[in-house]
Amino acid sequence: ENEKTDSEYNTVAEIEKKITEAFEVFDHECNQTVDVREIGSIVRSLGCYPTEAQLHELLAEVEEEEPTGYIHLQKFLPVMTRVLVERSYQPTPEDVLLHAFEALDVNKCGYLTKEELVKYMTEEGEPFTQEEMEDMLSAALDPETNTMRYKDYITLMIVDDV
Amino acid sequence: MGCKTSVPCNATKKSERCKCLLRAALLIQRWYRATMARIEMRRRYCLNIFQSIEYADEQAQLQLSNFFTFMMDHDLEMTESNFSLAEFERRIDVPDSYYGPRLKFPLTVADANALLDAFKKEELLHARYVLQLLHETRRVLKEMPNITYLSTSYSKEITVCGDLHGKLDDLLMIFYKNGLPSEKNPYVFNGDFVDRGDNSMEILIILFAFLLIYPNDLHLNRGNHEDYIMNDLPKIGSDFKKFILQVHGKVILYLLEDVFSWLPLATVVDSKVLILHGGISDTTDLDFLNLFERSKVREHVHVGLLLSSLKNLAAVGPHEEDSSRDPTQKEWQQTLDILWSDPRNQRGCIPNKLRGGGCYFGPDITAKLFERYNLKMLIRSHECKQDGYEIGHGGKVITIFSASNYYEDGSNRGAYIKLNPDLIPRFIQYQVTFHSAHSPPRINTVEGAALKALREKIYANKTELMEAFMSKDLTGAGKLSVSDWAEAMESVLQLELPWRTLRAQLARLSADGRIEYTSCFYDLEIEKPVEEPSLVETLCKYRKDLEMIFNFIDKDQSGLISLEEFHHTWRLFCAHMGVETDDEAIIKLANTIDYNKDGYIDFSEFLGAFHVVHRLDKGK
Repeated sequence: ENEKTDSEYNTVAEIEKKITEAFEVFDHECNQTVDVREIGSIVRSLGCYPTEAQLHELLAEVEEEEPTGYIHLQKFLPVMTRVLVERSYQPTPEDVLLHAFEALDVNKCGYLTKEELVKYMTEEGEPFTQEEMEDMLSAALDPETNTMRYKDYITLMIVDDV
Repeated sequence: MGCKTSVPCNATKKSERCKCLLRAALLIQRWYRATMARIEMRRRYCLNIFQSIEYADEQAQLQLSNFFTFMMDHDLEMTESNFSLAEFERRIDVPDSYYGPRLKFPLTVADANALLDAFKKEELLHARYVLQLLHETRRVLKEMPNITYLSTSYSKEITVCGDLHGKLDDLLMIFYKNGLPSEKNPYVFNGDFVDRGDNSMEILIILFAFLLIYPNDLHLNRGNHEDYIMNDLPKIGSDFKKFILQVHGKVILYLLEDVFSWLPLATVVDSKVLILHGGISDTTDLDFLNLFERSKVREHVHVGLLLSSLKNLAAVGPHEEDSSRDPTQKEWQQTLDILWSDPRNQRGCIPNKLRGGGCYFGPDITAKLFERYNLKMLIRSHECKQDGYEIGHGGKVITIFSASNYYEDGSNRGAYIKLNPDLIPRFIQYQVTFHSAHSPPRINTVEGAALKALREKIYANKTELMEAFMSKDLTGAGKLSVSDWAEAMESVLQLELPWRTLRAQLARLSADGRIEYTSCFYDLEIEKPVEEPSLVETLCKYRKDLEMIFNFIDKDQSGLISLEEFHHTWRLFCAHMGVETDDEAIIKLANTIDYNKDGYIDFSEFLGAFHVVHRLDKGK
């Protein structure tokens, strides 16, 4: 995307349409609502990197008075528009991500063992669920050595993410 | 963020270190979740793309089925399809050089195993045995009621499988994991055995064989695709195979359609679990469904519309049938509902406009039906689910889909249900994979396939799209705002896709942030460029359909049809599909393709020329 035209052409109207489209991908019933559990995916797919805590705050703003398990586009749209206009929850630059892995790599060997990875991801920060942990392991772990070469992993994920 | 201390931690540094670890972990988790979410989004819209195109195609194919029927010479096929086992034996010779399975009726497990072995080796079954098998299957099915009542007595677990869609590997996977059907291992196959995959015939043959061997333990429910056969005649390889199948192809087709019409409509387990292919509506009446003659409902949606249009076309009307053989409105409607409906979370019952048949039914509709018939669960199929199954309506409605990688390698898993006497379902998932066991199929593969399919659709609608673009491009700049472009795309293609999200993959932005709309067509071209662009588009769109039609009218199976036949059929087809046709252009085109100038066209070669080539593919 052409950065310098952002301000000109990414008007609020365009942003709203973009949000609506992303919302509709998850709107199975075509009735302007999505399952509350999908909000995280929608927000993130629009280029934001919120923590789980930040996501919960956002959810509190878009949920109904009496939570129904569904979020209406009507409530979501203004909140999400603000998020995008204010550029909240910015992404992590690749080198910062690398440093984070290196910080966990106590012995500086260039890789994390399965045990180390599981420990950090499920005990620190905002812990992974078992499913998230299994998903990461299946993609990240070299089955022969049971280790994650994090530099390679980052590259792999970034290729997928293009 | 650097925390690169190589000095061992002491007490004060420890708390700093802990904070550092916490921040690092948080950062990684944040990044990971965002990345996975974006991949999930892409997976979703890929499924949307596939599904939208599939349903649009399905509707188009329904129109075609009537054209097909109209073309068939009913009288001949009807006579031949009613031969007895002995007559098939007498009339059709199986040469000594045939090494495939030789079936003996009544079938035994040995025959079933022979068939499985043969199909694993990609061998075909001789037409005589196919015909005999179908004949017997029809005989057995005719004696079955519309709704079969089963029980899980004797602590039998019943296995329920969903759509297979011609994917033999998935059926073999199920048999591998779950064992072959037998008295101790009953199965229910919930429709859509055919179409889309490459091995529809093989699947039918296997299922029908087991049906004949274990009629009380192998149950088949009709799906919406067991209605007309579009892609089912197996791939023709050598001339020998061509002879076997093409010569008898029409009779097999006719007999198969009859067999389909006799497939039962539903199965009920322990009077509590209803199993049928699509869903229900607010008027579904199981008592009624159990009573009428189900084989009367043969052609589903659009019957009325198309039959009347056919009457305008037809010089000869093969459908001089007794109208008492036609289903009543209620019979037609009730069957349509159970074969085409989809559940949704909103209450109520509305027509299913996406499919063109059946309805969307909400949890209140389910609840009412359950109350009326004292049911506990509804198991249905009909929709592809990423995990092979999905539970809805508060646990009351289960969707089970058994064709893994349905749209593309990696698009979804398949699954089957084990139902025990407590009627608690257990789900077994699987995914037939050709990659190494370690890596899950990459999203890029699935996305690549989805986008390819979408781009072909775009190409096939080029004229209309350009008209829509230009009507919005008031200054003639060749550019449109993203908004206008998205509107135009949707108005022509009507696929309800997230165009803005897909934009980067489909069209180029100019420096001022607007879309150069002709760039939508840049990477696509037709292999053999031809003068008439709109004609080419039409041929492109209907290439597969035309191939089937031409195959059909090629009476002597020579692969050639006369220019006259070609012209006649093309005109009929266009009239039927409501496509405008320029007679002269078509004749001109045909003449250029008639390389030998002998008045005959090799239609495979002709149609092969209209295959859309993706420029980016060249050099692969």
